[in-house]
Amino acid sequence: MYDLYLNIFNKFGLPELLAKLSWPLFPFIGVAVLLIIVVLFLVLMERKILALLTVRKGPNRVGPYGLFQTIADAIKLLIKEDIMSCETNKVLFTLAPVVVFVPTMVIYGLLPYTSNLFAINLAAGLFLILAISSISIIGLVIAGWASNNKYSLLGGMRSAAQAISYEVPFFISAIAVAILAGSMNMNEIVGQQAGGLFSWNMWPSLVGFAVFFICCIAEVNRVPFDLPEAESELVSGYNTEYTGMKFALFFLAEYAAMFIMSVLVVTLFLGGYTSPFGIYISQLFCNLVLHNQMSLNFFVGIEQAFWLIFKTYVVIFAIMWIRATLPRLKADQLMAFSWKFLLPLSLLNLVIVTVYRYFIPG
Amino acid sequence: MQTQELKLNVGPQHPSTHGVLRLVMSLDGEIINDIEPVIGYLHRGMEKLAESRTYHQYLPMVDRVDYLSSFFNQESFCLAVESLAGLKVPKRAEYIRVITMEFNRIASHLMWLASFLLDLGATSPLFYAFREREDIYTLFEELTGARMMYNYYCFGGVKKDFPSGWMKKAQDLCKKMPKCFDEYEAIITNNPIFLRRTKDIGVLTKEMALDFGITGPNLRASGIDLDLRKTNSYSVYNELDFKTCLAENGDSFDRYIVRIDEMRESVKIIGQALEKIPGGTPEKLLVKKTNCGCKEESCPICGFDTKLTGKKIVPLAFKPPAGEAISQIESPRGITTCYIVSDGSPNPYRVRWRTPSFSNVQLLPELMKGKIYADLMAIFGSLDVVLPEVDR
Repeated sequence: MYDLYLNIFNKFGLPELLAKLSWPLFPFIGVAVLLIIVVLFLVLMERKILALLTVRKGPNRVGPYGLFQTIADAIKLLIKEDIMSCETNKVLFTLAPVVVFVPTMVIYGLLPYTSNLFAINLAAGLFLILAISSISIIGLVIAGWASNNKYSLLGGMRSAAQAISYEVPFFISAIAVAILAGSMNMNEIVGQQAGGLFSWNMWPSLVGFAVFFICCIAEVNRVPFDLPEAESELVSGYNTEYTGMKFALFFLAEYAAMFIMSVLVVTLFLGGYTSPFGIYISQLFCNLVLHNQMSLNFFVGIEQAFWLIFKTYVVIFAIMWIRATLPRLKADQLMAFSWKFLLPLSLLNLVIVTVYRYFIPG
Repeated sequence: MQTQELKLNVGPQHPSTHGVLRLVMSLDGEIINDIEPVIGYLHRGMEKLAESRTYHQYLPMVDRVDYLSSFFNQESFCLAVESLAGLKVPKRAEYIRVITMEFNRIASHLMWLASFLLDLGATSPLFYAFREREDIYTLFEELTGARMMYNYYCFGGVKKDFPSGWMKKAQDLCKKMPKCFDEYEAIITNNPIFLRRTKDIGVLTKEMALDFGITGPNLRASGIDLDLRKTNSYSVYNELDFKTCLAENGDSFDRYIVRIDEMRESVKIIGQALEKIPGGTPEKLLVKKTNCGCKEESCPICGFDTKLTGKKIVPLAFKPPAGEAISQIESPRGITTCYIVSDGSPNPYRVRWRTPSFSNVQLLPELMKGKIYADLMAIFGSLDVVLPEVDR
């Protein structure tokens, strides 16, 4: 693709530097469009699933089956007045949603969607993803501080405290995966799990999987760890003072983060884009029916994307199911749960995985 | 490092203050040093308004004292007026009152359950509780024409008989409801997060409960056996078999358990009352009355017992004799007291309401001191405070 793009530039006699500079724009646009579409329908999906679990119908007025409900909501948010109360720190107040939103968007570019479809393939991809995902917490704290609202401040502080305690077991259980794969490259981590259901990282590091999943929920501030925006206590937490597009950015980032975390769970523990049967159905199809090796790559690519999205939505469904079931934890219980329960478990998992890898080299 | 106490003003507009309660809190981080409830945002002058209205004009307003348990307010006011004017209530009317009141108690407790769990961050129980509450309200609507402000009782009885088929529907609902309570308990009672949020939180000791004049489920959760339905047995409660639900520790969890048990008991009471009601269903009663036709006061079929109201009252000429009367009933939140002073004129000279939520709110500073902010919801929610009842 890049060669083709370069050729176009050469043909019209434009400088090559311009092509180099403008090329990243395309994955960026791709990621942005993907993100917005994903979030729009994730919100709808959540509302539909919650409705299903709570004996309601859910949105069903805008469009067929309420399909355009979130689009209507998005338009509403876009045309809302942008209110800023008088003693807010205007620079930080405006910056905060961006700081929350941008890291989530960057991570979208770092994830492998199929064996060929990824924006950037880094040797230390896992490391970078984990590092960047922590940045958005700073945005929440900034939002809480800059809002000049006591509820926001409490919410921001809570999210910081929560992030600090949950990122430790989160990272340690991710390290276990890096040990299993012998690499931090996301593609290699997935490739090493290609042998079907039983070669998934989930099995040797079952404890780590559970810890990682719980920490993921805590990372994206969802029930039962939604303390930073606990409605009954803090009104809306760090985003109490936000309206219009700034609020929409928080909203977008929250759901985008949920999608990313689910993709991350799938990529690290559930075989990523590989087929759970070990062999791709399209591969069989191409070999036995079509006898056409040319189209193989194309079909395999589609199938890989399908598996990734399918697994991701199963994980997302689990997260939503948990939301419909559990009450909220208290701040001190949350800390105790993280430091006294999850951290020892993740360390234990690290030991198990290391011993496993020592005796059964991958 | 210099630290500063955070003054946080929760309410009057806040998602979880159940209306318009205002709490002024001093927070040290998330620890509550001091909390001061500010009430009066919903004051409508219920007591003063009575003085410029006749008894019949005031009767529909009584519903609004506590909009979640309207029947109880009506019962309380009617009881006081009846004892003032010496009116007798027929058995059938008493039974109808008990049935509607107990349904109202369940609806009120369901509303409490929904909002309590919502305060704790669980959204689903709200919808399930409202599903059953809706069934009850549909019944009420069919019976009284209104869903919340019924204006159904009158001095000396009730205004209408059950519509045809209503008792069958009520019986079906009684059969269905315990299963629904099991459903809530399955998801709530053994939930480890719920247990951790409510066990040993907001412990209300016996002494404290007595000092603050707490009544109702909150008192019974602390282990004090006081249920006016048993001890005073107003209306026809002494003919019905039910037990008082008690707990021991007086924490938020116990208050939850007591209310769940009370709902089960209420279902039992309704089931018995529907069977025991003099005259049975209105259709059968009509047939029996026509067949009997003796028109004697003591006849169990067409006598006083199966009437809807005792003496016919002309509203404009209704002047209870000078004197005072007090009535106490067990409402879903505790003992509701109505005190009436009459000077022999068509208007009451003075009406005074003593409502349980008022005492419950005063508990907050005691229970909340030194607790974490998140506990506020687990404690305040469990006390079942309804704001219009506090301010009246």
